[in-house]
Amino acid sequence: MTKQQANWSPYDNNGGSCVAIAGADYCVIAADTRMSTGYNILTREYSKITKLADKCMMASSGFQADVKALQKLLAARHLIYQHQHNKQMSCPAMAQLLSNTLYYKRFFPYYSFNVLGGLDSEGKGCVYTYDAVGSYERVGYSSQGSGSTLIMPFLDNQLKSPSPLLLPAQDAVTPLSESEAVDLVKTVFASATERDIYTGDKLEIVVVNAEGIRSEYMDLRKD
Amino acid sequence: MFRNQYDTDVTTWSPAGRLFQVEYAMEAVKQGSAAIGLRSKTHVILACVNKASSELSSHQKKIFKVDDHIGVAIAGLTADGRVLSRYMRNECINYNFTYESPLPVGRLVVQLADKAQVCTQRSWKRPYGVGLLVAGLDESGAHLYYNCPSGNYFEYQAFAIGSRSQAAKTYLERRFENFMGSSREDLIKDALISVRETLQGEKLKSSICTVAVVGVGEAFHILDQETVQQLIDSFELVREDEPPAPEAGDAVADQSEASAPVAEEGAAPMDI
Repeated sequence: MTKQQANWSPYDNNGGSCVAIAGADYCVIAADTRMSTGYNILTREYSKITKLADKCMMASSGFQADVKALQKLLAARHLIYQHQHNKQMSCPAMAQLLSNTLYYKRFFPYYSFNVLGGLDSEGKGCVYTYDAVGSYERVGYSSQGSGSTLIMPFLDNQLKSPSPLLLPAQDAVTPLSESEAVDLVKTVFASATERDIYTGDKLEIVVVNAEGIRSEYMDLRKD
Repeated sequence: MFRNQYDTDVTTWSPAGRLFQVEYAMEAVKQGSAAIGLRSKTHVILACVNKASSELSSHQKKIFKVDDHIGVAIAGLTADGRVLSRYMRNECINYNFTYESPLPVGRLVVQLADKAQVCTQRSWKRPYGVGLLVAGLDESGAHLYYNCPSGNYFEYQAFAIGSRSQAAKTYLERRFENFMGSSREDLIKDALISVRETLQGEKLKSSICTVAVVGVGEAFHILDQETVQQLIDSFELVREDEPPAPEAGDAVADQSEASAPVAEEGAAPMDI
């Protein structure tokens, strides 16, 4: 008597990679625009980045149907918050809300790997990284998705302190300027595209700073 | 005559076929401070008089944003109005979540009316003591509705509710035929003049009146005090040119207001 196996899965992985880097007064959030299933491409122009609040963006890779449902839920919750408090949700508040929302479905999770990026209440850049069930941490930079195993070590190399023995302890070797961060993101995606088959087509970069939100696009390899 | 015998309970009819509890609820609306609404083809304006219970306290919030395309002004029990606004906001959010499009105003108003009707047919409930002027925009154009504690609702070109609203209604009745083609600015001006009518001589200042706008390409929002004061100032100059007719109209309105409570044997208000 062998254990019964499921003959279908409620989940699918649409692939793709997301990255976010926080700066002193800005935050860069980026994701590729390829949506795939198995070895096929569904579309080359799908945005994985969404605006949750005035200074808060979310990039999510994984199962895009779950991502879409999650985005809609958070948008509705944000509206309710605005009605009750007469103001926009701050990035840290949204971060907690996202965590709670994910854990709510602990036993049938959103197959969504998220990176939240924006400005905190003091105007400094902040990045929050999540797993599928809501465990989260504020960090200086993070990546999620199919290319994250390729991207994360590279970001660690560029952004983390050279050695833990170095005193005083530093988060980053040098604080990056906004344009340096954007260039780094472009480099990182170009490299990830080379080796990860699920990453490519186009790169969408969103920069959040005191002036507002701006978007930028860059072509990636389409193979 | 029979009024006191059959008015204890909302589920008791009077011999004349009236539900007095519901009519009393509508009285509560008349006690609240005035709220006015008017609409053109492309815009809807809500304006209301803000009365504070004392100089030390803040003003009652009488205009609520329900969604980008819908707003509501209330008169009567503000607490009931707050609760109903929360319900309306919820309905809009849920509809948008399911259908990815804004809730048509007519639908929201019917849901509100049905909610009010429930309270007129349950012995353990009481009717909501608040009248709502619902202003909204949808695919079929600009709309202004009045929702009553009785569960009735009507669409209006322009309407006023609350205390001394008759003065505003008289002014609106004279001018409403032009509203459909009015510009946004003219509509706001008419709204402010209507508010002034209800003040009966008291000076119109932005501190005692709130104005909100919703229109094509313009999400529902409440105008800030400065803007309202500027608008008041810009047409105050016209006040000198206003014909004496409004003054005479006010005197007549006062008399009819005083005689209204006496007319108990007339048609039940909710049948109108």
